Amino acid sequence: MNALALLGRYFAASMRSQMQYPASALMLTVGQLASTAIEIVSIWALFDRFGAIKGWELGEVMFFYAFVGVSFAFADFLTRGFDVFGSDFVRTGAFDRLLLRPRSAALQLVGHDFRISRFGRFFQAAIVLAVATQMLHFVWTPQAIALALWTVAGGVALFSALFVLQAVLAFWTVESLEAVNALTYGGVYAGQLPISLYARWLRTFLIFIVPLACVAYFPVLAILGRSDPLGAPDEFLPVAPLAGFIFLGLSLLAWRFGVSKYTSTGS
Amino acid sequence: MDALRPYAAAFSSRFLLMMQYRAAALAGFFTQCWFGAVHVMVLAAFYLGAPEAAAASPISLSQAVTYTWLAQGLLAVMPWVGDPEIADGVRTGAISYDRLRPVDPYALWYVRAAGWMTARLAPRVALMILAAGIVLPLIGQGQWAWRPPASLSAALLFALSEALAIALACAIIMLINIVVVATLNARGVNILMQPLVIVFTGNLLPLALYPDNLRTFLFVQPFAGTLDIPNRIYFGALAGQMAWVGIGLQLFWITTLVTLGRWWLGRVMARLEVQGG
Repeated sequence: MNALALLGRYFAASMRSQMQYPASALMLTVGQLASTAIEIVSIWALFDRFGAIKGWELGEVMFFYAFVGVSFAFADFLTRGFDVFGSDFVRTGAFDRLLLRPRSAALQLVGHDFRISRFGRFFQAAIVLAVATQMLHFVWTPQAIALALWTVAGGVALFSALFVLQAVLAFWTVESLEAVNALTYGGVYAGQLPISLYARWLRTFLIFIVPLACVAYFPVLAILGRSDPLGAPDEFLPVAPLAGFIFLGLSLLAWRFGVSKYTSTGS
Repeated sequence: MDALRPYAAAFSSRFLLMMQYRAAALAGFFTQCWFGAVHVMVLAAFYLGAPEAAAASPISLSQAVTYTWLAQGLLAVMPWVGDPEIADGVRTGAISYDRLRPVDPYALWYVRAAGWMTARLAPRVALMILAAGIVLPLIGQGQWAWRPPASLSAALLFALSEALAIALACAIIMLINIVVVATLNARGVNILMQPLVIVFTGNLLPLALYPDNLRTFLFVQPFAGTLDIPNRIYFGALAGQMAWVGIGLQLFWITTLVTLGRWWLGRVMARLEVQGG
C-alpha cells in the first residue's frame, strides 16, 4: 500500500471512531467554534471605540484574522500526533512501536488522529471571511482565489512545522512543552493583526525567525491589492508563502535529527 | 479550632504539591509574557492611532497596560476549568473516599481548589512583577511597564478585593466541579466556560473598553469580580465609594454562588452513582 492510501485508511478509521459519538463530536466542534470566535470580539470592540488604526479598517483586519484561522485549523487537524508526541509517545515509550513498523514515523504520526472538532475554528474563520468580504465589497477574482489557496497552503505548512518542532523538543524534554504554545497559539494571536502595528523586534521575529508574516500579512496584502506600508516590494508579496514551505523543510530536517538521537524511556 | 484542621490540611497539602511544578510555572510565565507583550502593543496601536477616542476612553493607555500585566500575572485565578483532581475522582471512583470523610464535602473541595489556585498564582505573579514591573523600566521601556498601585489606600483596597476575587473564583470553580460530578465528564463544561471566562472577566480586553452601553451589565455580572473589579481598584479607576460598591458586588456574588453551590452539591451527592472501583 502506498503512503497516500495508508493515510486514507488512517483517516477513515479516525473518522469512524469519532462518529461513534456523533453528539460529542458535534458539541466539541461547536465549542471550538465558540472559543475561537471570542478573539474577534475584542478586535471588534477596539474598532468600535477607537475607529480605524494606522490606516487599517475592521474589514481588512478580519481578512488577516480569517486566513490565520483557516491555516491553523487545517494544520491542527493534520498534526495532532505531533502535538501530543511528548506526552503520548515519548514518555510512554509508544514511539518504539512506531519505529518498528516499516513506514516512516512522521507518516504514522500524521495518521495518528484527525480531530473533527478542529473544523470549529475553520467554520469560524470562514464566517469571518464571508462577513469581511461583504464589508469591503471585495470581489473574488480567479486570481484572488488562487492566491488565497496558495496563502493557506503556505500557512498550513508553517503551522504544521511549529507542531513538528514542538515534537522535536520532546525528544529531549520528554514531556510536551507548554512554552511552545507561546509560538503556536501566541503566533496565531500575533498573526491575526497587521504586523505594522507591532514593535520592531516582534516584526523581525514574525518575518525572519518564525515567518508568520509571510503566510498571512504579506500575501493577504496582495489579495487585498494593497501595497505594504512597511515598504516590502509589491513583487515579493505573493511569493511570501514559500517561506512556510522552507520552514517546514527545515523543521523536518530537525525532526530527522531528533529521531536519530532518540533513546527510549523504557516501557 | 479543631473543627478547621482538616480543611487547613487539605489546603496546605494541595498548595505544597502544586509548588513542585516549577517547570510548568516557568513555561506558563513565558507564554504569559508573550501574550502580554502582544496585547500591550495592540492596545498601544489603537490608543496612539486615535488620540481623541483615547482621551475619551474610560481608562488611559498606561492603565490599560497595567491592566494587561495584572491580567497575565493573575491568570491562575481565572475560573475556566474545574479542579482536575475531582474530574479524575469522578472517573476512577475515588470520589467515594471523599464521601466517607467526616467533613463537609463543599468546604473540603473549596479549600482544595483554593490551594490549587494560590500555589499556581504565587510564582507566576512574582515572576511577572519582576519582568514587567522591574526589568521593563530598567531597560528603558518604562511606558510599557506594570505600574505600582495608584495610592496606598488603593493598594490596601486592592489586597482586600483580590482576596475576594480568589474566593469568588473558587466559588465558580466549585460550580464547575459540581457540573463535572453531575455529568461525569469535565471536557464539555470546560470548553463551554473558557470563552465566557476570557471575555467576561476582562482577561481578553479590559471591560471598560467594550461599548459604553454594555458597561453596567459588564460591571454587575459575576465574572467581573474575579479580575476587572480588583484591577480597576488597583489603578484608581474605581475609588472611594465606587471601590466599596465593587467590593460589595464581589461579596454579593460570593454569597450567592456559595449558597447555590452548597444546595446543588447536596442534591447531586444524594444521588451520586460511583463509576469505577
